Amino acid sequence: MNIISLFSEIEKVDPEVYGRFDSRRRVFQHMAGLGGRLAAAALPLALGSLFNKAYAGATATQATVIEVLQFALVLEHLEANFYTAALGNTSITSALSANNNRALNTIKTDETNHVTFLRGAITQAGATPVAPAPADFDYTGSQGGTRAALFADVLTNAATMLAVAQALEDTGVRAYKGSAADLMNNSSTNPVLEAALNIHSVEARHASRLRTMRRGGLMPANDRASFVAAGTNPSSSPKSWVSGIDNGGPAPTATRPVYDAGSPAADFPAESNTMQGANPARDITALLMGAVTGLSATAAGAAASEAFDEPLDMATVKAIARNFVKTGTPTFALLA
Amino acid sequence: MSDNLRSGGSDSQEVQPLYVPIKRRSFFMYAGATAGATALVLTGCSKDDDPSTNNGDTVNVGATGSNDLGVLNYAYALEQLEAAFYTQLKTGSYYMGLSANSAEKQILDDLQYHEVAHREFFKAALGTSAIKNLEPEFGAIDFTARTGSGGRLGVLDAAKAFEDLGVAAYNGAGRFIRTAGNLVLAGKIVSVEARHAALIRDLVAEATFVDQDVVNISTNGLEKSKTPAEVVAIANTFLKAGSKLDVSGLV
Repeated sequence: MNIISLFSEIEKVDPEVYGRFDSRRRVFQHMAGLGGRLAAAALPLALGSLFNKAYAGATATQATVIEVLQFALVLEHLEANFYTAALGNTSITSALSANNNRALNTIKTDETNHVTFLRGAITQAGATPVAPAPADFDYTGSQGGTRAALFADVLTNAATMLAVAQALEDTGVRAYKGSAADLMNNSSTNPVLEAALNIHSVEARHASRLRTMRRGGLMPANDRASFVAAGTNPSSSPKSWVSGIDNGGPAPTATRPVYDAGSPAADFPAESNTMQGANPARDITALLMGAVTGLSATAAGAAASEAFDEPLDMATVKAIARNFVKTGTPTFALLA
Repeated sequence: MSDNLRSGGSDSQEVQPLYVPIKRRSFFMYAGATAGATALVLTGCSKDDDPSTNNGDTVNVGATGSNDLGVLNYAYALEQLEAAFYTQLKTGSYYMGLSANSAEKQILDDLQYHEVAHREFFKAALGTSAIKNLEPEFGAIDFTARTGSGGRLGVLDAAKAFEDLGVAAYNGAGRFIRTAGNLVLAGKIVSVEARHAALIRDLVAEATFVDQDVVNISTNGLEKSKTPAEVVAIANTFLKAGSKLDVSGLV
């Protein structure tokens, strides 16, 4: 793209756009739908920031803004295609309650809308959005039959489907968190960062609901999955939040990387982490025990790990995502 | 105009993630959002050295910059409110009537622990830069009821309101953060608040974990973030006079 024309566009922009601090959301919603000068205005202001690496912060800088958006787009395609495939199968939908079907359709719609949104954002930034072909994905984990399946019945067995869905959503939450710092632009005008945060929290809502559905069962009593308490095995009966590393997740051998440390581990700790902040790091377990009377060390430790989700680096997320992509495809190459 | 315009030179040192009390103070702020225009944003006078101030009626959380003390005190304020809510909830008759192994009791316990964890973390990390302990106003909440009637909020209605508000607040505050480590911290918390919000919404009405009032479900699927001003317009209805928040410095 032409940086010179980009910035001449910004100069022509109605300064009202920058002045109306309470209109960020409107600006960014325009960016998704309308294009034109408002879209240009909604881009980060720092010269070349789209194409340069962001500040080195507490976590290692991993990518440019465009790279982060393209990465996010691949993950959204991965999810959107997954729900489309799963919900197109009556052996899945007939095994699930009405509310569970509603919930999954809500999630599918959100992911599809996220794809559209990110495509729009990347296009407005002057880049060509990646376009993973649905045929490139293989949710059994066999990578197109080149290895043994991890989840052979993922598209026919509702319990398996929900297990993979939980892993995908929990991964998405960690992925957005792990890349957020790369979207910083040292100004209070940052619609790209805000949009990423606004997707990130929706993925967390999804993750919460998926865990609730796995906890509640495919056809819960009175169709009230949320009324079912978590059991003793977090793999099969998880809370809606991540407790420790949840015993490795829904399928502990295959899904452990979703909950474990990334790389470097100091910046991307496992979900069991209970130390937060730096210089000095704070022991959340100890803080909880000091603040809540009668809380056992075990319960405090669990709560301390649950209260904070952990970021995951782009490379580790891509490795997780590759499990669900056929080798030799363009999409597999995108996740290299 | 402040009588006590102070400038500190320490903003030039490298910023780091949330820390022990900041020893030096800087009152130079800028409003960075207007292209080419800068303005000094003066914090209020304060007898003590905190960038946040209390003029008796409101609590000013501080300004953008200042090593993120303003936005972090903003987050601390909201966590104080949530922690106070769940703590009081557990003394009310609705909670006390829940059976020991019920999902709701387990969930409400976890929510209290998580919000207290968030509050205590910010309190420890902000140290002497922390705003004071806020006094909540929960008169609109009926702690004897699960869901409300007659204009009062039941405990789940209030929980839903606080959690949804927290998500919108953190998402709308990200752009004021200037240190990557603090953005990561905020990110770690907001996804947990979103998990909370989703489950409470399901408890109130199953499968409403995402809905039009909080997410643009019919357009882009994004959460509806709120500016600090929009957030405190709501939060201040749950805070007593003298504890109401002033977020005018977050620009």
